[in-house]
Amino acid sequence: MELTGAQIVCESLLQEGVDTIFGLPGGAVLPFYGALSAYPGLRHILVRHEQAAAMAADGYSRATGKVGVCSATSGPGATNLVTGLASAQMDSVPIVCITGQVPRAAIGRDAFQETDITGITLPVTKHNYLVMDVRDIAPAIKEAFYIARTGRPGPVLIDIPKDVLAGEKIEFVWPDEVDLPGYTPPGAPEPQQVAAAASLINEAQRPIIMAGHGVLISRAWDELRQLAEKAQIPVITTLLGIGALPTDHVLNLGMPGMHGMAYASLAIDRADLVVSLGARFDDRVTGRIADFAPNAKIIHCDVDPSEFNKNVIADVPVLGDLKLSLRALIPMVNSNVHLDWVQETDRLRNEHPSLFIRKSDELLPQQVLKELSDITGGDSIIVTGVGQHQMWAAQHYGYREPNSLITSGGSGAMGFEVPAALGAKVGRPDKTVWSIAGDGGFQMTLCDLATAAENNIDVKYAILNNGSLGMVRQWQDFFYEKDFFATIYSGNPDFVKLAEAYGIRGIRVTRQDEVAGAIEEAMETPGPVVVDFVVKEDEFVFPMIPAGESVNEMLEEPNSQGVGVESA
Amino acid sequence: MNQHSDQHTIIALVQDRPGVLTRLASLFRRRGFNIASLAVGASEQKGLSRLTFVVTGDQYTVEQATRQLDKLVDVVKVSNITSEDVVARELALIKVRATPSNRSEILEMANLFRAKVVDVGTRSLVIETTGEEDKIDALYDLLRPFGILELMRTGRVAMVRGKTDGRVSDDVGAEFDQASRNGFAVAGARFQPGHYEGV
Repeated sequence: MELTGAQIVCESLLQEGVDTIFGLPGGAVLPFYGALSAYPGLRHILVRHEQAAAMAADGYSRATGKVGVCSATSGPGATNLVTGLASAQMDSVPIVCITGQVPRAAIGRDAFQETDITGITLPVTKHNYLVMDVRDIAPAIKEAFYIARTGRPGPVLIDIPKDVLAGEKIEFVWPDEVDLPGYTPPGAPEPQQVAAAASLINEAQRPIIMAGHGVLISRAWDELRQLAEKAQIPVITTLLGIGALPTDHVLNLGMPGMHGMAYASLAIDRADLVVSLGARFDDRVTGRIADFAPNAKIIHCDVDPSEFNKNVIADVPVLGDLKLSLRALIPMVNSNVHLDWVQETDRLRNEHPSLFIRKSDELLPQQVLKELSDITGGDSIIVTGVGQHQMWAAQHYGYREPNSLITSGGSGAMGFEVPAALGAKVGRPDKTVWSIAGDGGFQMTLCDLATAAENNIDVKYAILNNGSLGMVRQWQDFFYEKDFFATIYSGNPDFVKLAEAYGIRGIRVTRQDEVAGAIEEAMETPGPVVVDFVVKEDEFVFPMIPAGESVNEMLEEPNSQGVGVESA
Repeated sequence: MNQHSDQHTIIALVQDRPGVLTRLASLFRRRGFNIASLAVGASEQKGLSRLTFVVTGDQYTVEQATRQLDKLVDVVKVSNITSEDVVARELALIKVRATPSNRSEILEMANLFRAKVVDVGTRSLVIETTGEEDKIDALYDLLRPFGILELMRTGRVAMVRGKTDGRVSDDVGAEFDQASRNGFAVAGARFQPGHYEGV
């Protein structure tokens, strides 16, 4: 039977195992939607803004390990995807976006809702396509999914003109394989490199493993654990690597860097070997590069060779799929105890209790995360926006499973928390999903509370409401002479009433003793819930290594000195 | 071999697809790499084009540039042939002001450079010359006093010498790039990544 381009898109998505699409239709993409309505196996979740479609696909992908899919129409529909694409690109998240384009004959004529979306998205996609022939649709989709999920994953956009979707009909033929001579994702590492890495590890006295997002992407958390335990190597996890090892694992020192655990940053400073596993030496981790790990050799394991020597020089680069690299490496690494070094990191933990929460009459945001962690047992998927609440969520929640923290790391896209949590919950209906929001980011994407309500997507939203752009305010306080210009939100809505306006349960918390009850009530309430935690407005995130500085300039919570024990 | 220590010659074999040049140019702009010249044309393989880039920058820049290029899906192969034994040529068309009184002088100069006169007008000559950039620069400098009306240069095209095994440019490249792309640290290859202020 001959099919239209739109039907071929649907058939191809089914071939790729897609079950969910986040999207919002418009004129140019309508032929696709016309076909989609006849495909019950492809659940379409109608969002209120295309940015939410891209970010929901991101959340879905990270929660499930599958490729997330979103769709939008041409012009403004497509451009609204861009922030979500940029975030997925920076965080190496596989998503595929299908966009409608104006008919072929209209391209280049400034037609209504025409935008060169393949041109616009070049820098924020791993690859993109403008499909100008119905025969090219199925191969483009097969290639797009292959490119999105293999190697270092990333977003791929497929732009299809309306008349290619709705014009000529052809037989649907699903290609057996992709033909991409310029694209060969690395597989197993070179044995010599693995041997070189193993010998550095075996010689090291003070080694540290830095686990990044690559551990989660290549599903190498078991191997990470084996390596760390076999040679007794302390592990630090970057923001996107959180969950690669349970937070409470005895070797886990937590997140390093700008707002990382002081002892994690200090451990890097004292280490004689950094074993980087799927991390990219982001400036938020390294601070001033010249002062990063000054005493250490560096083993850099990555699937993307352009990461080698980009920010730091690797003594031993190991190119390959991380899971395969670790499997090759582990047998060559000697069992070890590193007793002095592990004890030293324990001492650092005691001397620098970075999770200390001081006593206060006011409601402290850290306390909300701490109680949430205790009540959920670290068993929820946490989705955050960007800013102070994100850092507190990274610090104070005890993560037990891989991919249980979903956050816009590299791109730092505020507003990520609302839609990405929807995607995560749709992908993992069995898990409790808490979206940790700031009042700033929440207001960037809150329109998609309607999506949660309409589809009864059971996300619990916790707004850490400090009535300001908290992290920006903190920078103004520290570095801009306390000139709190344009960071105070004096006109915030009543978030409880707002939730109720969407038909969603809203709860307000203003006191410490209400926190646990509100969290429990939210979890007992079926369907989405918004909890407005009205927190102390001028709380700071500590520790802090100011941008471009080193661990020597680290600021710690002033009240934490001499406490001597970890609070969590 | 290249006389300019900060210039690097990179060969890329790319798929002939719409937008491939945009992808390359966008990448160079985005990562802040400078292209001194770019020449592109068909290759011996159907559906593939071969490009010669001249990239200005230090070792760090050129290594990043080749690796980022290599990541583009439409780019089949990239090799840095800067330190290889290559044949490098550029073609230039130079339209020079010429009067009946100095025409023979110009022709003589062109002959000296084995350049061809490809157009004779009432007030001008067009001279075609092929060679390495320095030769073209030299001819240009000599012709300048006559008055240059127009200059068109193709940018460098380069190819490694075939030696005994008929090797092709795509399969060789600086030891550093080839090895490090495979995950090998190259002894002695040391440079500092570009530092930047805190963001």
